[in-house]
Amino acid sequence: MADDKHIDAATGTEFKGHEWDGIRELDTPLPRWWLWTFYATILFAIAYTIAYPAWPMIHGATRGMLGWSSRGALDKELAAREAQVAPIRKAIAETPVEALPGKPQLMQAAVEGGRAAFRVHCVQCHGSGAAGSKGYPNLNDDDWLWGGDLATIEKTIFDGVRNPDHAATRMSQMPAFGRDQLLTAAQVDDVVAYVRTISRQDRLGAAAQRGAKLFADNCAVCHGPAGHGNRALGAPNLTDGIWLYGGDADTIHQTVWNSRQGVMPRWGDKLDKATVRMLAAYVHSLGGGEAAPVVATAKGAGDAGR
Amino acid sequence: MPPFNPLPLWGRNRRAHPIMLMPAGSSDLYERRKGVYPKAVDGFYRRLKWAVMVVTLTIYWVTPWLRWDRGPYAPDQAVLIDLAHRRFYMFAIEIWPQEFYYVAGLLIMAGVGLFLVTSAVGRAWCGYACPQTVWTDLYQHVERFIDGDRNAQIRLAKAPWTPAKVARRLLKWSVWLAIAFLTGGAWIFYFADAPTLQQQFWTGTAAPVAYATVGVLTATTFVLGGFMREQVCIYMCPWPRIQTAMLDEKSLVVTYKDWRGEKRGSLKKAEAHPGDYGDCIDCNQCVAVCPTGIDIREGPQIGCITCALCIDACDKVMAQVGRPRGLIDYCTEDDAEAERKGAAPRPVLRTLLRPRTIAYFTLWCGIGLAMLFALGARTRIEISAQQDRNPIAVRLSDGMVRNAYTVKLRNMEARPRPMAVTVEGLPGARLWTDAMTRDEARPVLAATVPADSVAKLRLFIALPGAGPQRQDFRFAVRATDREGGGDSEPARFERPQ
Repeated sequence: MADDKHIDAATGTEFKGHEWDGIRELDTPLPRWWLWTFYATILFAIAYTIAYPAWPMIHGATRGMLGWSSRGALDKELAAREAQVAPIRKAIAETPVEALPGKPQLMQAAVEGGRAAFRVHCVQCHGSGAAGSKGYPNLNDDDWLWGGDLATIEKTIFDGVRNPDHAATRMSQMPAFGRDQLLTAAQVDDVVAYVRTISRQDRLGAAAQRGAKLFADNCAVCHGPAGHGNRALGAPNLTDGIWLYGGDADTIHQTVWNSRQGVMPRWGDKLDKATVRMLAAYVHSLGGGEAAPVVATAKGAGDAGR
Repeated sequence: MPPFNPLPLWGRNRRAHPIMLMPAGSSDLYERRKGVYPKAVDGFYRRLKWAVMVVTLTIYWVTPWLRWDRGPYAPDQAVLIDLAHRRFYMFAIEIWPQEFYYVAGLLIMAGVGLFLVTSAVGRAWCGYACPQTVWTDLYQHVERFIDGDRNAQIRLAKAPWTPAKVARRLLKWSVWLAIAFLTGGAWIFYFADAPTLQQQFWTGTAAPVAYATVGVLTATTFVLGGFMREQVCIYMCPWPRIQTAMLDEKSLVVTYKDWRGEKRGSLKKAEAHPGDYGDCIDCNQCVAVCPTGIDIREGPQIGCITCALCIDACDKVMAQVGRPRGLIDYCTEDDAEAERKGAAPRPVLRTLLRPRTIAYFTLWCGIGLAMLFALGARTRIEISAQQDRNPIAVRLSDGMVRNAYTVKLRNMEARPRPMAVTVEGLPGARLWTDAMTRDEARPVLAATVPADSVAKLRLFIALPGAGPQRQDFRFAVRATDREGGGDSEPARFERPQ
């Protein structure tokens, strides 16, 4: 092969044997450093597949000698982050929720932490903006079933609503007046008419007047004589502009006939104390948060429904 | 059995690489570097260079240590680029990131300033003030101090590596390295409080980026100033090319006045044939002193950084042989033509005033004045408002509708300022924050914004539930201290459909 015809005179290098329009390609050898680099990359690749997970097997893949895994790396990152915020979480867990506003930095950390936790645990029902939907309260407004101060919100989140397994849970049991035949169909209609009146949606008519009597006998024990509700019992204020299920006559009729039994998990079982406290701080910060109960009681019970 | 060959692809040919077969020097892709050993020289321009070196190096090393009292809320370093807090301090001026156009303006001024300097005095930047020139000059001075002048340096370069040479080299490189370290070290002090950072630096508690920066700049200073030198100017730097394009026939360049100098000849020859020879005695001093190793007598060239050391060298020789100075001198191309035809040399200063330089100067001043005006008139208070989008509107228990806004108040002064936020265009609107209850809502909300920072407020406005679905209004802020000032920002109030 290496006869004179195949050697380029100027460089002494062999030709490849191709020719295009008189241009011939030299078989120039690779630089030595290039070749060594090439071998080094091969060695690196072999070492890499030994050290790290690489070869697919029937069930999974080789694990690699270093024991590295992307899940493990994530865990490590999460643990590092956890360790970073641990002192803050500890401080929040050790500070009673009423005392949080007195420590603005801690309160801010709690609100931000609560915002993150809310995205994970609460948005499924209450929505990403905490605006709720039918049957799931809007947490932005100033209407609270159980109370809107920090401690009360925290207790509501911690114990949940209508969890039969826990004595401490928020429990309000409105009878199914129609279904359980506590009231006749006509009586339910009258009560609905009356509720429409006290919420200033309808004028006072004959049905509503009949309903007033029924309301005083059946409903006032929880919702109060004027229908302002009772937070101690979780009885909603029926005179305001906010309806959890709806304020139109049909929906109120359904509510009175069947009752409503909305539930919320007992988050105290699922989340640590600091997270629940942060959630309370976040919910309180949304705009409807109320001052501590001492102030609320000082203002008078008549204000409680507002 | 053939011996094990780890390089089969290579070994099959068993021939040297084509490059090695080429005749030495004939077809190298790169020109071999010639050693440059500039000779020491004294004279007007050399002294000017010393002065420029002292001034520029002093500015570089002293500036971070200057203090400037800005009160208790801002750093007291006169010149500080605070990247962590995104502030740039320069004496009485403080620049926020959104005001970066001032820096852009400064860069434009620097650009126009270079145009001005280039059109007036040619490559004066290259010859006197460029860091590469200044540090190379400093390094060469160190080199002469340790190795001796040009001839001694050439001898030493050719000498074998005896212990004495190694010792000299190590000494020289150590001094270079020390200068390089001081150079790289000073840079970081522009980016943090200098005394604090120095202490942190030596106790090992400074940020890793500080050490990395010092390391990189030390290395580049050492290599560029000690070894690459004129190669940077000739091969690496784009500026000579740009400047070459910007020079015209009225720009000052270092000129060898060939009509006076040619034909070159030694004093002896000139004495023997007085009529045949010019003023140049071919002593090669202009080449010996040149820091880029060129021969200026070959005419203007890209290697000439117009440091004018050859002018000093030639003037000295001319004085010794009793001929007038200025055989090599600053001269414009036009003047060179005139002189060639017999005109008298024109004073250098006369060449500076011409339409092009005046136009550049006017432009430069105009940009500067515009920036000063803008700096004087800029507002130091700003407000921005962002409406909550999820949910946009919240119906309250009394039937009213509440909107929430994240309002940012920006106080760009280095002292806390009391401010008042109001709403314009929403009659009866009252404001409250998430730290207040709705009962405390008021038409004017007072807030004290800390010095040199942005205060973030979450503001609520509640309006009756009945009304237009959308109302445009403005958030307004004004400072309630003596100085006053204010800003406003459009926003909108929305009701659920």
